[in-house]
Amino acid sequence: MKKKFKILIDGKELSVKHGQTILEVASNNGIYIPTLCNYVNLEPQASCRVCSVKVNGRPMTACTTTVRPKMEIENDTKEMNELRKIIIETMFITGNHFCPSCEKSGNCELQALAYRLKMDVPQFSYSFSNKDIDASNPKLMIDHNRCIKCKRCARGIKTDDGKDIFAFKNRGKKIMISIDNELAKNISDEKAQEAMDICPVGAILKKERGFIDPIGTRKYDNKPIGSDIEKLMEVRS
Amino acid sequence: MSKPIVATTALASCFGCHMSFLDIDDRILQLIDLVDFNKSPIDDIKTFTKKCDIGIIEGGVANSENYHVLKEFRKNCKILISLGECAIMGGLPAMRNNKDSIESCLKEAYQDSPSTINKNNILPNDEELPMILDKVYPCHEVVKIDYFLPGCAPRADLIWDALVALLNGKEIDPEYKTYKFD
Repeated sequence: MKKKFKILIDGKELSVKHGQTILEVASNNGIYIPTLCNYVNLEPQASCRVCSVKVNGRPMTACTTTVRPKMEIENDTKEMNELRKIIIETMFITGNHFCPSCEKSGNCELQALAYRLKMDVPQFSYSFSNKDIDASNPKLMIDHNRCIKCKRCARGIKTDDGKDIFAFKNRGKKIMISIDNELAKNISDEKAQEAMDICPVGAILKKERGFIDPIGTRKYDNKPIGSDIEKLMEVRS
Repeated sequence: MSKPIVATTALASCFGCHMSFLDIDDRILQLIDLVDFNKSPIDDIKTFTKKCDIGIIEGGVANSENYHVLKEFRKNCKILISLGECAIMGGLPAMRNNKDSIESCLKEAYQDSPSTINKNNILPNDEELPMILDKVYPCHEVVKIDYFLPGCAPRADLIWDALVALLNGKEIDPEYKTYKFD
């Protein structure tokens, strides 16, 4: 059995085991660390940097950093939340995130993080990007203007026989998600819904769904993102 | 002490934010006790007759008239509020921003679209019409804006709470349920 030791997150002492990531430890203990490119059952890749926390004074990504003895972690501080907000703002201005026209609105993680971090307006000017909208697939619509390159679709969505439907193509600022239309045209409705759900924004949309959830009943309409994790702590204490 | 004065305007927008403003329902009677209105579509005063305390801007800056009205508001109001997605990020009108040129937009709208009947093939060119800008600009890229109330349209409770907070000299601290981008 691995030996347990203690770390501090925002002054709260937690008993942890070697090999766990900061994010795992925090989530298990009812402490919410905002994440975006991370998703359940996917290998963390630390590309969005939204989960940055300060570990003994240095910013590190909580999803990939494993716990070590004597770690003192700053998470819910003004400085870290400000940094996270800037990351969210840059995502808002790089793409076209005009929420009222997006079917994902209300269930969108990017939007929910903006609500939680109290973003009113990005401090940078909007780029109004002009990328393709690919609606050629019978089941899915891809709006590249909304993609935040978290790669969750490429990492998580596979056909029943294990083939990748999504992948990255090009490099640098031309990087974009590409979809294998041959494979994707035969996917089930459930798989299409799964692809839409794994996308944190409205870049992958299932067709013939539209604005199906009324305003007020969507995922982040009444409770901020992360409140399900924080509820854990309330239950225990 | 005289009441604080509020001015409102709708730039490139659908007037939905003003409609949402009216959704404060019977609280509008309290509002009349709290403030006076100057230039606003609500009382139909067309030009500023005095300096105002709060200016509420709905809509982005899409043409020369919007630009001048917004500048006029900045000159005459102590506090400016961007109300709604169009004022904050251009909104629906800004969907033309990533098109190649204003010319292609006008052609698409008035000449090339399948539903267009335009026998003389003209683009709108009356002198009375304001000049259309190359892009639709968010208000804060044109003048300094002090507060932002998002939403499409912003919830009536958000507008009410923000106004009451401002009038009482408090910080605007919106409730989660009313603070939405759609």
